[in-house]
Amino acid sequence: MSRTETRLCDAEGMNKILDQIAERIASTTKPESRLRLIGIRTRGVSLARRLAERVQVKIDKAVPVGAVDITLYRDDLSAFPHWPVLFGTEIPFEVEGADLFLVDDVVFTGRTVRAAINAICDLGRPARIRLAALVNRGPRELPIVPDIFGLDVGEDLSRPVFVRLSEVDGVDEIIQVDDTAHPDGIVPRPRS
Amino acid sequence: MNLAPASTKAWHRKHLLGIEELTRDECAAILDTADSFSEISRRSRKKVPALQGRVVFNLFFENSTRTRTSFSLAAKRLSADTQDFSAATSSLSKGESFIDTAKNIEAMGADVLVVRHSTPGAPHLLAQHVKASIINAGDGAHEHPTQALLDLLTIRRAKGKIEGLTVGLVGDIAHSRVARSNIHALNKFGAHVIICGPPTLVPRSMEPLGCEVAHHLDDVLPRLDVVNALRIQFERIHKGFIPFPSVSEYLHFYGMTIERMRAAKPDLLILAPGPINRGVELTPEVADGPNSAILDQVTNGLAVRMAVLYLLSGRTHPHPHEHDDHASGIKPRQRSERRAE
Repeated sequence: MSRTETRLCDAEGMNKILDQIAERIASTTKPESRLRLIGIRTRGVSLARRLAERVQVKIDKAVPVGAVDITLYRDDLSAFPHWPVLFGTEIPFEVEGADLFLVDDVVFTGRTVRAAINAICDLGRPARIRLAALVNRGPRELPIVPDIFGLDVGEDLSRPVFVRLSEVDGVDEIIQVDDTAHPDGIVPRPRS
Repeated sequence: MNLAPASTKAWHRKHLLGIEELTRDECAAILDTADSFSEISRRSRKKVPALQGRVVFNLFFENSTRTRTSFSLAAKRLSADTQDFSAATSSLSKGESFIDTAKNIEAMGADVLVVRHSTPGAPHLLAQHVKASIINAGDGAHEHPTQALLDLLTIRRAKGKIEGLTVGLVGDIAHSRVARSNIHALNKFGAHVIICGPPTLVPRSMEPLGCEVAHHLDDVLPRLDVVNALRIQFERIHKGFIPFPSVSEYLHFYGMTIERMRAAKPDLLILAPGPINRGVELTPEVADGPNSAILDQVTNGLAVRMAVLYLLSGRTHPHPHEHDDHASGIKPRQRSERRAE
């Protein structure tokens, strides 16, 4: 019954990862395309804002940021004892024809990304959607692969990975949890 | 992140039977959920898959256009299947009882029954006999909870708050379920309620519900931030009972006219639950004027009904230890744990 946290990355490390991801986004985007970032609520939105700040300096063009709430598109909605609080999708730009980057903190099963893609495509037909994540974690349950990611933490179900961000959690860090009390990877939700 | 989103702790109910029994937090949970649903109605593709596979039945034993179509459309926007039942063309005319009718409809797989009935308490009775969730869409002169909630949402959006406002419910209070639900709802949010109309339609006996009773609109009008002009329910006023001498006299004393608008606060918000009797409760210039939020009420009603359907449908798979689970923050199913990001 022990729960230990290992810090994979501190604020400085996270900054470096964000710089790298922003560099990749800028270098793989054509100047004529309408680049837009969409963060998956909650932490993906903070990350998308930080990336947009970096990218718009590099490409010398404004990069608008939207937020997608995937709740209504989840495939496990009926498994919740109470339904989740909705924060709403706020995309203040035309999705039709846009060059979109979906941003999230951890890509794990791929189901959240599937839901986000469905939610976005209900708003219009983007020219393309790519995926950027801070952390890539398996095993995947859908054929979804991030185009850009920072850390790869493998497929160990008993060692979940959490991203904490100053906007939401008061601190910038990526942690991995070793929890022998929950060998299946069932970890109590940290209260923020 | 390897977490599910925060859940709506404020909502634990299977049915929505009235405003009276709800807490302020429960009302706020519905309004907040409705706020996030409004965005869907502004899309070109106005549909989300949240209630896919659920069945919503409209059981209307009394006429309605707004409420029934609003519930149907709300259910469709959430991808539920909807079916209308109207008493006039049903086997009720062959003598089938109210509860038997509902049980038969439930046997067809209904998850939610939206019920309107002229008898107060009819939805409460059904809730004791069927397993489906019941939404009260108006029971006699008792309650009409979604109407009060959409009025609250309209006030909150127009004024930025509800607390501290003075709201006048003007007109036929005695026959009005909208008035009862509104008095309960506004009190929970700290608004001051004044009911106003002729003594025949505004009985002093309603004071204990938590409102001030007035019979002279012009006396109280300058204090009001909101006027909710309730319809004179000619169909509920039985023969031989004439509440006021004439329609034109009613308009003269209680109708919202341009002259009264000049005497009122410049930002007075005008609401009316509809259908409106133009030239009785309010004149066309007021109904269609800049202070009127009557059509916003219709739009907000759709969002409120989506919110109610969403929140109630979340309770169709109740978990026996859900309260404990929330205290510890452990979610009960591995399925939702395993999902990621």
